[in-house]
Amino acid sequence: MAEEVVLLDFWPSMFGVRVRIVLVEKGIEYEYREEDLRNKSSLLLQMNPVHKQIPVLIQNGKPVCESSIIVQYIDEVWHDKAPLLPSDPYQRAQARFWVDFIDKKLYNPSRRIWSTKGEELEAAKKEFIEVLKVLEEQLKDKPFFGGETFGYVDVCLIGYYCWFYAYETFGNFSIEAECPQIIAWAKRCTQKESVSKSLPDGKKVFGFVQELRKKFVVD
Amino acid sequence: MSKGGEIVLLDCWVSPFCIRVKIALAEKGVEYETRAEEDLFGDKSDLLLTSNPIHKKVPVLLHNGKPLCESTIIVNYIDETWPSPPLLPTSTYNRAQARFWADFIDKKVFDAGHNIWASKGVVPETAKKDFIEILKQLEGALGEKDFFGGDSFGFLDIILIPLTSWFYTIEKFGGFEVKEVCPKISAWMNRCMERETVAKVLPDPEKVYEFAIMIRKMLGIE
Repeated sequence: MAEEVVLLDFWPSMFGVRVRIVLVEKGIEYEYREEDLRNKSSLLLQMNPVHKQIPVLIQNGKPVCESSIIVQYIDEVWHDKAPLLPSDPYQRAQARFWVDFIDKKLYNPSRRIWSTKGEELEAAKKEFIEVLKVLEEQLKDKPFFGGETFGYVDVCLIGYYCWFYAYETFGNFSIEAECPQIIAWAKRCTQKESVSKSLPDGKKVFGFVQELRKKFVVD
Repeated sequence: MSKGGEIVLLDCWVSPFCIRVKIALAEKGVEYETRAEEDLFGDKSDLLLTSNPIHKKVPVLLHNGKPLCESTIIVNYIDETWPSPPLLPTSTYNRAQARFWADFIDKKVFDAGHNIWASKGVVPETAKKDFIEILKQLEGALGEKDFFGGDSFGFLDIILIPLTSWFYTIEKFGGFEVKEVCPKISAWMNRCMERETVAKVLPDPEKVYEFAIMIRKMLGIE
């Protein structure tokens, strides 16, 4: 499909990563545009006036916003290659439920792990691990959340993996010790080209978070 | 037993999220059984706790015993399982837009309203301003169309209209009227209320107001 596809993104974003992975999975050529979130481009503000956030997918000048919606959109338009959502409506509803769960429950405690101290930090770690344990139970002994193949839920969760080193270092805990199956799953995902090409390096993310902390936390 | 199998809805009359599901099922002409969860603040039924162990909330739709949770996801499921008449737009791009606005509504409307009707003491001006701003953004999405999807009542109308049963309550506490600050939304509400599928299931706004008063007393906000 010879259409112009542009992605407005920010390299450490676990939400932007979702879209990058799917674009590689589907073999779609696109232009990547890095946004400085402290100085948002007029294009970003024009394409996402409601939330003013990345990622934004622009196809032939028309924007699609919100990462999980973008992923579903790409899956529907480029439906003949590497399908991500299940074809059965009930399984599809279950996949959407788990992505909704991830979106509602994981971001907030994960953010508090690197931006708080003391009791607040301990509470954030506890909450974060609880959420991962629920997801681990969902995974059970399947290779991926989607079953035998990498799918929608896997795409939407794996972006957090490159932040794990930062969480573990600032939170002083081991995610693998608490949730070994999640780590095994994540490593399995990184063996896929779409993931290894799209996930930023965990140490680089750590460096980025270190800079962010200077604004939020007094060390 | 309906043509599509056994359908049970775990429900609460005042929940706008449950109402979404009821409207969607009615639009599709699907018969279902309702089981009222009366005591959402105390003892939730075993069926609710086993069907929705993660969130323990209504609505839950049980289709041949298999549970579906989260109202927007349930409405999507209903549309895909009973395709006629279609609720979501047929174009992929318009579907993404509809999902975007449903997500916006889910993230913003109920909480902004809650900040007004569950406010302790004087309602902050910022709370009123935020709520009205959200409605104005939705007015922008509606534009000059009769319904959010165009000429026909559809997915996004179903996602928003149940929340409007709380507008009377929000207006009383906020000291403003939606028909004055957002006339297009008000006109759209009236258009939706002309549909039997909506009018039959939307609760009486006065009853919602009484419910809100009771909640405020329970939470000690009086």
